[in-house]
Amino acid sequence: MSSAIGIDIVGMTKRFGPLVALDHVTLKVAPGRVHALLGENGAGKSTLVKCVIGYYQADQGDLFLAGQRRKMLSPRDAHAVGIGMVYQHFTLVPNMTVAENLVMARASVPFKINWRREREKIDSFLQKTPFGVRLDDPVTDLAAGEKQKVEILKQLYLERRFLILDEPTSVLTPGEADEVLGILKDMATNGDITVLMITHKLREVSAFAERVAVLRSGRLVGEGDVSDLDVHDMASMMIGSRTLPTPVDREARAFPPTTSRQGLQIRGLSADDDAGAKALREVDLTVQAGEIVGIAGVSGNGQRELVETLAGQRNASGGKILVHGETYQATRREMAAKGVFCLPEEPLRNACVPAMSVAENLSLRAFDRRPLAWRQWWLRKGAIRQMARQQIARYNIKPPIPEMPIASLSGGNVQRAVLARELAPEVTLLVVANPCFGLDIVAVAEVRRALLEARNRGVSVLLVSEDLDEILELSDRVVVMFNGKLVYETPIEDADLAVIGRRMAGH
Amino acid sequence: MEEVGLGWWGVPLAILAGAIRVSTPFLFVSLGECLTERSGRINLGLEGTLVMGAMSGYAVSYLTGSPWLGVVVAGFSGILFGALHGTICSLPKVNDIAVGIALMVLGTGIAFFLGKPFIQPKALHLPAIELGWWSASEQVRTALRINVLFLIGVVLVPALLWSFKNTRWGLVVRMAGDSADATLAMGYSVRLIRLVSTACGGFLAGVGGAFLSLYYPGSWNEGLSSGQGLMAVALVIFARWNPARCFYASLLFGGAGALGPALQSVGITASYYLFNAAPYVLTLAIMIFTSSPHRTLAGAPSELSVTK
Repeated sequence: MSSAIGIDIVGMTKRFGPLVALDHVTLKVAPGRVHALLGENGAGKSTLVKCVIGYYQADQGDLFLAGQRRKMLSPRDAHAVGIGMVYQHFTLVPNMTVAENLVMARASVPFKINWRREREKIDSFLQKTPFGVRLDDPVTDLAAGEKQKVEILKQLYLERRFLILDEPTSVLTPGEADEVLGILKDMATNGDITVLMITHKLREVSAFAERVAVLRSGRLVGEGDVSDLDVHDMASMMIGSRTLPTPVDREARAFPPTTSRQGLQIRGLSADDDAGAKALREVDLTVQAGEIVGIAGVSGNGQRELVETLAGQRNASGGKILVHGETYQATRREMAAKGVFCLPEEPLRNACVPAMSVAENLSLRAFDRRPLAWRQWWLRKGAIRQMARQQIARYNIKPPIPEMPIASLSGGNVQRAVLARELAPEVTLLVVANPCFGLDIVAVAEVRRALLEARNRGVSVLLVSEDLDEILELSDRVVVMFNGKLVYETPIEDADLAVIGRRMAGH
Repeated sequence: MEEVGLGWWGVPLAILAGAIRVSTPFLFVSLGECLTERSGRINLGLEGTLVMGAMSGYAVSYLTGSPWLGVVVAGFSGILFGALHGTICSLPKVNDIAVGIALMVLGTGIAFFLGKPFIQPKALHLPAIELGWWSASEQVRTALRINVLFLIGVVLVPALLWSFKNTRWGLVVRMAGDSADATLAMGYSVRLIRLVSTACGGFLAGVGGAFLSLYYPGSWNEGLSSGQGLMAVALVIFARWNPARCFYASLLFGGAGALGPALQSVGITASYYLFNAAPYVLTLAIMIFTSSPHRTLAGAPSELSVTK
């Protein structure tokens, strides 16, 4: 394998209309190292790397490669010199196999593909890398962690020597993340590749990166060796003068855990996935009032189907759900009467009408009731707008314009808007899935604070998350989901990361 | 002349023969549509292309005396319509379904207008291969008289299957149908891929049309197609975008279409029109039984506007 290359970014500036996304950023990325690019949403990280890869053209500034000035007019130019990027969303073709994806990624594909020779080539390439993947599986059947591995493999197969990774672990479990980043770090140490990764997970920076650069509002505000900086230093560089919301304490439970206080009882619940295969296998689970139960697990083990069944988006194939001791079939009437609310993953897709305004989306739960509606059918636009303004102010949704279509908001703001809607005063059972996915450090703290406050008020919270740290921080009780079953349960006091990790992998 | 009667055995034989005869246009249109849909676009205009192919093929065969030239011209009229669909759909914010319906109406309209002078005259037909020479029965010989176009269609099936797996073009088409983003990232032009796929699909549909007018039923009139082009599009969904299943489905539809005439031949004339509706009933029944609200369609190209 060829050796790693380094780049120098000098005085790079990029404007989008009046917005200065990058402001004279100068950064040296030395070869054979893992570099982290830290910053909050909108700090300019993505803009910077997109200028490097040639996706955007910088307004000012230069890029040097081994001392030579280079112009990247398109990603093709960057690919030609060995710079590749793994995007946050997957760029694999879902209905093609891993092998087909790898072959098609090449710059020139022969007219007739000799699969035997291609397989030999891929196999010998795979032997040189520490990734194990099944070549004949269609990509759509792979778990997120495997897809991410294939994305990286694709870059290595194309002999890219400078890898840019845009939040490479945002969809991975800690175990998967450690595996992928560990492999990349080893390859960098060997001098095979240089890695520049965008992230806001400080844990990964301290564990895997050697150099870190911090961006804030388009400016480079800090840089250094990771060994010289602790997590606190890096966090304060990212946040600047703003303050994090103070964390809430986990109060002693407001209610004694008696049977009458059982918020959610799931009895033998089964459900099928979209392809008709069994996804949930006789799940039994109880969430008491004033308790957060965290469901840990690698994505694709039935968590999505569980949340969808509770949210009324999927029919159960067996078993039953009780809320406050009464049968619950996820009808709108029951949700309103029993106070069941849900923040699903990818809220823009699963809990919003993208083309409708922020105000309309905020009213989706209550638009047919007083005070937003007159006699349950005439919408009172004024009341809806006023309610939206209050929620926007309270949850700091930006931009603060109720009439904006919600699809034009950033991911973090959509998340806050849905959370504002779902954390209504009447909530007694809250189902949340990956609530902090893709949020910046301040937003994460806000969301977690809101969940703990709800718990302290006596709400039953079912938290499904692929982020183990989040589960350990918030839960009163941790259960592990594997292959559609709950395979392990422990109170938080006895939770052992190693045991949970093993159970998540099915051992 | 001595006739060897087959009696009731004539019904399955006639259905088989009908399946082969009637299925040919289904086969060509569905293979063409399969190719187009695999690239990520739906061309509902193939009904119009089919009628246009039937008319132009018949006209050229009549004027030049060469039915094969007719087939080629029918194919080229299909390319024209496919390319028109592909070009219009390349423009921003154009819906392929709406364009397809417009081209369906346009194609049939132009064909009826230009085809008026060719309703009466007799054109030369396509040749057939006599595979029933060994039999004394006229019925068997008729049943096994197989047109060359059907055989070409049969060869096309494995060829398409193989190409989708083993050639650059095949993989590029599948890629464009499955992830436009990935295709663009690899430096291919999604528009061009879809334009070419739609044009090639149009060619096959045009050839299918030529079969209608130049072999079976073997004349040009305005009621020739009666929606076969549209049914072939539905057939592609039923076949889950797989050329081999397109073939089986075409045979099934062809057999259903032959049910009425086959029963008529043994003297069952009651409900003749009801039996003729068999393919349409079959379309509905198959769609109901193979679809499920709990499952997504497996194998559907992700870029299709109906699956997105």
